[in-house]
Amino acid sequence: MPQFGFSISQPRAVNLDTNDTVPAERILQEVPELQCCIACGSCTATCTAGNLTSFNFRRMHTLVRRGEYREVYEQLEKCMLCGKCRLVCPRGINTRAVALKIKKTLCDY
Amino acid sequence: MKRNTWQEYQKEVADDNYYYLRSCIRQNFFPGSEKAFVRILREELGRNLYDDPAHTSCTGIGYHSDVVLHDTIMTVVARQFALMKESGFENAAVSCITSFGIYTEVLETWREFPEVEARIRELLYKATGRELYKPRNLAHTSDIIFHHREAIRQRAKHLLVNHRTGEPLRGVEHIGCHYAKIFPKEGIGGVEFPYVLAGMIEAWGGQVVDYPERRHCCGFGFRNYLVQANRGYSIANSQKKLESMAPYKPDFILTNCPGCGMFLDKWQYTIAEIEGTTYGQDGKGIPVLTYEELAGLVLGYDPWDLGLQMHQVDVEPLLDKLGVEYDPAAKYLMPNGRYIGRPEPATVNMGVE
Repeated sequence: MPQFGFSISQPRAVNLDTNDTVPAERILQEVPELQCCIACGSCTATCTAGNLTSFNFRRMHTLVRRGEYREVYEQLEKCMLCGKCRLVCPRGINTRAVALKIKKTLCDY
Repeated sequence: MKRNTWQEYQKEVADDNYYYLRSCIRQNFFPGSEKAFVRILREELGRNLYDDPAHTSCTGIGYHSDVVLHDTIMTVVARQFALMKESGFENAAVSCITSFGIYTEVLETWREFPEVEARIRELLYKATGRELYKPRNLAHTSDIIFHHREAIRQRAKHLLVNHRTGEPLRGVEHIGCHYAKIFPKEGIGGVEFPYVLAGMIEAWGGQVVDYPERRHCCGFGFRNYLVQANRGYSIANSQKKLESMAPYKPDFILTNCPGCGMFLDKWQYTIAEIEGTTYGQDGKGIPVLTYEELAGLVLGYDPWDLGLQMHQVDVEPLLDKLGVEYDPAAKYLMPNGRYIGRPEPATVNMGVE
């Protein structure tokens, strides 16, 4: 093959038709208040792990809801389940339970 | 009360007396297309068209690549219009979609900011001694072919019908982004319902294929292509379109932009090289035509006079469906018999050459 100096870039668009959203729906069923999330990011701002590493709970939540689980396993290892995020959530979501549920559903917890 | 909503989607196209503004890149990509346009207008339709050797590139590619300044390109455009006026013409016929977008943008800028127009008037006079003039009618050449589509049908030798089965041929139309996405009112059908190419296919007996990514950009995007490392984004766009249209089994792709025609054609070869994927009938690729080439085929012109041998994807399957007679041995020969070389087949890497 000739050396073109480039390859075909993969689109970064989220394809909800091909993503498997069944685990995400299971999590949503068990923690239904997650539907109230307004994605304000308070959980991430107060996160102890987030201060020291690249862990971003708001991002994890978004990825899981879209059915994109690839990074989640590795990232959620950083969560210490301290529950500070739950104290600051303006919507009263039990974010600690969400983290635990994601770990149990997607990871070997 | 009669609704006038559709009036906003119409465009006035001059019927005669065109000043032809050629494209710099089309001469290389599709060398027969502009020649075919001149022949159709003059010989078939009996229209007056002036092909001025004095006009230059619009410098649009340099402008979109941040190489040419806004004032510079406006002065270049002003010179083209001044030449047109000096030649006694008022209707500009623009061959390239990039140029068409540039001319439209410049005219809109002058309308919106009269002080800019005054400045360019002065710059033009200082640089060339010419007077600024604004055309009475500005049309892309696909608008002009669309305008005369019924007259072309009346002279048709081959309609867009499979001559073996009698079924209409299935055509995918792809409109260049700068045709109507920047200034929707300048395009026939606007940005929502662009009809310029679809109207030609329907008028000449074909069937227009609708598919999910019909309005997606081909991926040229200037910077996307001009920087080698970015070309992966360019080809990804074409691939998205080709993947989307392939299940609808189109017989050909019709484009009105030099970039779109080039990329949808040549990226088929590159995708075959990189991924081993080919599209179209028997994996031989989907032929890509310009509207002049399609009009030329409809009018019975020789396909090698139209420059169809310069395409990466072989057009023979389409010619066979249309019932066009051609000499396979003459495909890569100049009129004087000299061999011009041949491009890599678009079916490379598939073992189905």
